[in-house]
Amino acid sequence: MANELAHPEKFFSNRFGMSDRAFERILGAALERKADYADLFFEYHSAESLGLEESMVNHTSKSVSHGVGVRVCAEDRTGYAYSDEVTIDRMQLAAEAARAIADQRATAPAVQVGTPMPRHALYEVETTPLEIPLEERARLLREIDAAARAYDPRVKNVMASIAAERKIVMIVTSEGKLAADVQPLCRLNVTVIAEDGQGGRQSGGFGGGGRVDYKYFLDDDRWRQYAHEAARQAIVNLDAGDAPAGEMIVVLGPGWPGILLHEAIGHGLEGDFNRKGVSAFSGRIGQKVASEFCTVVDDGTIPMRRGSLNVDDEGTPTSRTVLIEKGILRGYLQDRMNARLMKMKPTGNGRRESFAHTPMPRMTNTFMLAGDSTPEEIIKSVKHGLYAVSFGGGQVDITNGKFVFSASEAYLIEDGKVTHPVKGATLIGDGPDVLTRVAMVGNDLALDSGVGTCGKDGQSVPVGVGLPTIRIDGITVGGTRA
Amino acid sequence: MSTQSVADKKPSRMEKLDSGLAEWILAEAKSRGATAAEVLMMGAESLAAGVRLGEVEKLKSSRERRLGVRFFCGQSSATASTAEFERAALKEFVANTVTLARLTAADPWSGLPDAALHPASIADLALADPDAGIIEAGPALEIARKGEKAALAFDRRITNSEGAEFDSGRYRILFANSNGFCGEYEGSSFSLVVAPIAHDGGAMQQGFWYTSNRRFAKLEDAEAVGVTSAKRALRRLGARKVKTTRAPVVFDPDMAAGLIRSLAGAASGPSLYKGASFLIDRLGSQVMAPGVSIIDDALMPGALGSKPFDGEGLPTNRKHLVDQGILKTYLLDCYSARKLKLAPTGNAARSVGQAPTVSTTNLYLEPGSYSPEQIIGSVKQGLYLTELIGFGVNMVTGDYSRGAGGMWIEDGQLAYPVQEITIAGNLKDMFLNLEMIGSDLHWRSSVASPTVKIAEMTIAGA
Repeated sequence: MANELAHPEKFFSNRFGMSDRAFERILGAALERKADYADLFFEYHSAESLGLEESMVNHTSKSVSHGVGVRVCAEDRTGYAYSDEVTIDRMQLAAEAARAIADQRATAPAVQVGTPMPRHALYEVETTPLEIPLEERARLLREIDAAARAYDPRVKNVMASIAAERKIVMIVTSEGKLAADVQPLCRLNVTVIAEDGQGGRQSGGFGGGGRVDYKYFLDDDRWRQYAHEAARQAIVNLDAGDAPAGEMIVVLGPGWPGILLHEAIGHGLEGDFNRKGVSAFSGRIGQKVASEFCTVVDDGTIPMRRGSLNVDDEGTPTSRTVLIEKGILRGYLQDRMNARLMKMKPTGNGRRESFAHTPMPRMTNTFMLAGDSTPEEIIKSVKHGLYAVSFGGGQVDITNGKFVFSASEAYLIEDGKVTHPVKGATLIGDGPDVLTRVAMVGNDLALDSGVGTCGKDGQSVPVGVGLPTIRIDGITVGGTRA
Repeated sequence: MSTQSVADKKPSRMEKLDSGLAEWILAEAKSRGATAAEVLMMGAESLAAGVRLGEVEKLKSSRERRLGVRFFCGQSSATASTAEFERAALKEFVANTVTLARLTAADPWSGLPDAALHPASIADLALADPDAGIIEAGPALEIARKGEKAALAFDRRITNSEGAEFDSGRYRILFANSNGFCGEYEGSSFSLVVAPIAHDGGAMQQGFWYTSNRRFAKLEDAEAVGVTSAKRALRRLGARKVKTTRAPVVFDPDMAAGLIRSLAGAASGPSLYKGASFLIDRLGSQVMAPGVSIIDDALMPGALGSKPFDGEGLPTNRKHLVDQGILKTYLLDCYSARKLKLAPTGNAARSVGQAPTVSTTNLYLEPGSYSPEQIIGSVKQGLYLTELIGFGVNMVTGDYSRGAGGMWIEDGQLAYPVQEITIAGNLKDMFLNLEMIGSDLHWRSSVASPTVKIAEMTIAGA
C-alpha cells in the first residue's frame, strides 16, 4: 500500500487495470453531445473505527468502498452517473447516462490525458491510526475512560471512539488534466454522562483530530485534555440554571463558536446560491455586511486541518478566499461550474461527499481574523449578557438569511464578570445583519479542535471553523426564562 | 399522478441478490473460527431528475451494491463492509474481519437473537411498486417541470426557484445469519420536491413541499404539490419577530411529527442504557397527557417505514409506544434488550457496515377529534409553528430550544408571519401539556402526526 500511496495518480490504473487511453475514450463518449466539459472522479475509501462503552472496547468496524462517477456539464446543466463497479463497461454506460443532459449531437473532441495538475502538500501523514495495532488504540480508549472517570466521582458513563479513514481520489478532466490525492482523516471523540445523585443528569463532549498522525493524540497528552474537557463540561452543566430568553449582548469564546461564521455567512456566500440569486447575500459584493472589526476568510490550505485539501474534488488546488474584509463583502466560494457561469475564478471549493455525489461549492476552514482586544477586556465591557463557549450544531435558511447555532456550555455575564452556568440554548439571528453588531474582536483567534462536519443537500464533508473572542451587541437567545 | 406512457410499462424487477454468496460467507466465517455470523446485502438503483426555471438542471443515475457482515468469536464481535463481491477478494475480507472480532473485548450482552424468534416466513408488505420501475429521464423531467411550473404560475410574487426534482429508486435487501435465517425483500420509492422562492421587494422566502410514496400512481398530483409549495413561500413574506413572551404553540403536522421523533429517540434502547435519555426508568408511567397515544406499526402494507423483518432478522410488529399517556414499551434491538433485561421489540435497524441500532418503522400519533381550525381558534395569542431549524434538543435532560417560524395567532386567527424567534421548554413538560389533538393525520413520510397544541412555551424574539 505504501508504494501505491506515493503515486496516487497510478493507483486506479494499477488496481482496476485501466490506462490513460481508456479515460480518453470514456471522456470522448461523455462529450458526444454538445457540452462544456466532462470529468471522471475515482475514489477508494477505507475506514476503521473503534468504540468504548462502559469501560469496554466492544465496537470495531471496518469498511472499504470504491467507485467512479462520470459528469457532463453543459451550461448550467449537470449529468451524472456513478457505479461502484470500476470497469470500462460500467464507465461507458455511465458516460452514456450522464451525457443525456446535453441534447444536441456533437463531434467528440479528441481528449488527451496526461497533464498533471498542481496540488499542495498539506498532510504528509506517516502513521495514521489505521496503521496502529488495534490493541494500542484500544488501550488509549481505556486510558481515556479512566481519565474521565478520575476527573470527578459524578462521572457515571464514558463513551469514546477513534475513527480513521483514508480516501484516495483521482480526477481526470476532458481538458486532459489529471489530479490525484491521498486524504487521511481521523477523529477522537469523548462523551461523558454525569449524575448529581439527586436525579440530575447531564452530558458533556469533546473531541478533535484532522489530517494528522496517530501521534497527534499522544502529543501534549491531548487525549487526556479531551477526556477532562468532556467531563468538565458535563459537571458544569449539572449546576446550570435556566437560560435567559430574548435579545441581549452575547460574547462568544474562541475556536468552535466560529460555527457562527459557517452558518451566518459561509453558506450564504457559496457560489451556487448566488448564481441562482437565491441567497440573502446575492448581489451584495462590495457592500457592508459586517462591522469594520470583521475580516473573515475561508482557507483550505492550512496544514493538517480537518477542512483542508491539497486539491478539491474537481482537481482545483484549494486556496485562501477573503469573504469579508473589514466589514465589506469581497468574495464567494466557487466550484468550476458556478465560477464559469458567474465569470469568476474557481476557488478550490468544489467538494463532494463521495463518488456517489456531484460537487458543489463548500466551505473548508472558515474563520475570523484576530482583533486587538483581550478576552478579559471584552468580558469586562458587558454589564449584562451571555458568554457562550461551546456549541452543538447549527443551521441556516439561505434564502431569508436566518440562522441558528446551539450553545452547549454558556454562562451569564453580570457587571463585567462571568457568573452562573446556564443550560444550553439556541441563538438565532440574521446572516447579513449579525456581523454588523460585532462591537469587539479579541486577539485570541483559535481554530476548532477538528470535529466539524457540514451537511448540504444531503452531502456531508469535513470542515473547520475558527474565531477569536467576540462581542455581539444583540442576538436573540432562546432560553426558557422570559 | 397519471402519466400513462410510464405506467403502461411494466418494471423490470431487480435481479435477486445472491443468497448463495451469503451462505458461502457464513460458512467461510465459521471455517475461519467465527462462532456466529450475519450477512447483509443491498442492491439499489435510482434516477434523479431536476429542473430549474423550466430548464433541465440535472440528471443523476446510480447503481450500487454493498455487502456488510458482523462476525462473533464468542462474545467478541466486529462489523465490516465492502464493495467487493468476488469470492477471491471476499476470502481475505472474511479472514480480516474474524481477526478484528477476536481482538475486540468480550461483551457479555453481545450475540445473535435467540434462533427460535426468527419468523418462519416473510410477510409480503407490498413494498415494491408492481406497476412502475425507475421512471426514465424524459417523463421524470416532465413531472418535475409540471410541479415547478404550477408553483411559478401561482402568483407573480413567485420570482425565482431552487427547482423541482423527481426521484425514483428501487432496492433489494438480503439478510442471513448463522441461526439459519435468510430473508430478502424488494422496495421502491418515488418522490417529487418543489422549492419556489417568493419575493415582494423585501426579503426573499423559500417555500418547499413534497410528495413521497412507494407506489408511483399514489403520488400527489405534481401541480398540487407545486401550488402548495408556492402558498408556503408566499405566506412567509413580510415575516417579523415578536416580543419575547410565554404563549401556546400549535405544531402543524410536520412539526408535531418531529416531536414524536424525539420521544422515540429517548425511548430507544441505546440512549437508555448509555444514560443519555430523559425517559430512563419511566416505563409504565405517564409521560404524555392522558388521551395521547403513539403507535409504531411496521406492518402497514405499502407504507414508507414498513419492513417484514428487522435488522437482526426478528419479526416486526404493530405496538403502542404510548397508550393514553402511559409509556408502554421501549424500542430495542437484541443488545440493548439484554442490557436492560427486556425482550427485543423488532426495532433493530441496520445499514451495511454498521452494527445494529434502533429505529421506528411507521410511527404516528393517533388522531383526535379537533380540526386544525378549531385548534388555532382556541388560541388568543400564540404561535402556529410551521418550521424549526437547528438541533437544540438535549436528549439527556429533555431541554428543548430551537429556531422557529410560522404564523402569529391573534384571537383565534392566523394574523401575520413570524421568523427569527425561538421556542423553548423541556420535552417532559411539553409532552405532558399536549392538548387538543387534531384529526388531520396524513402519511407523507414514515413519521406522522396530526396538528397538536402545547399549552405554553417560552418564545424568544425581540
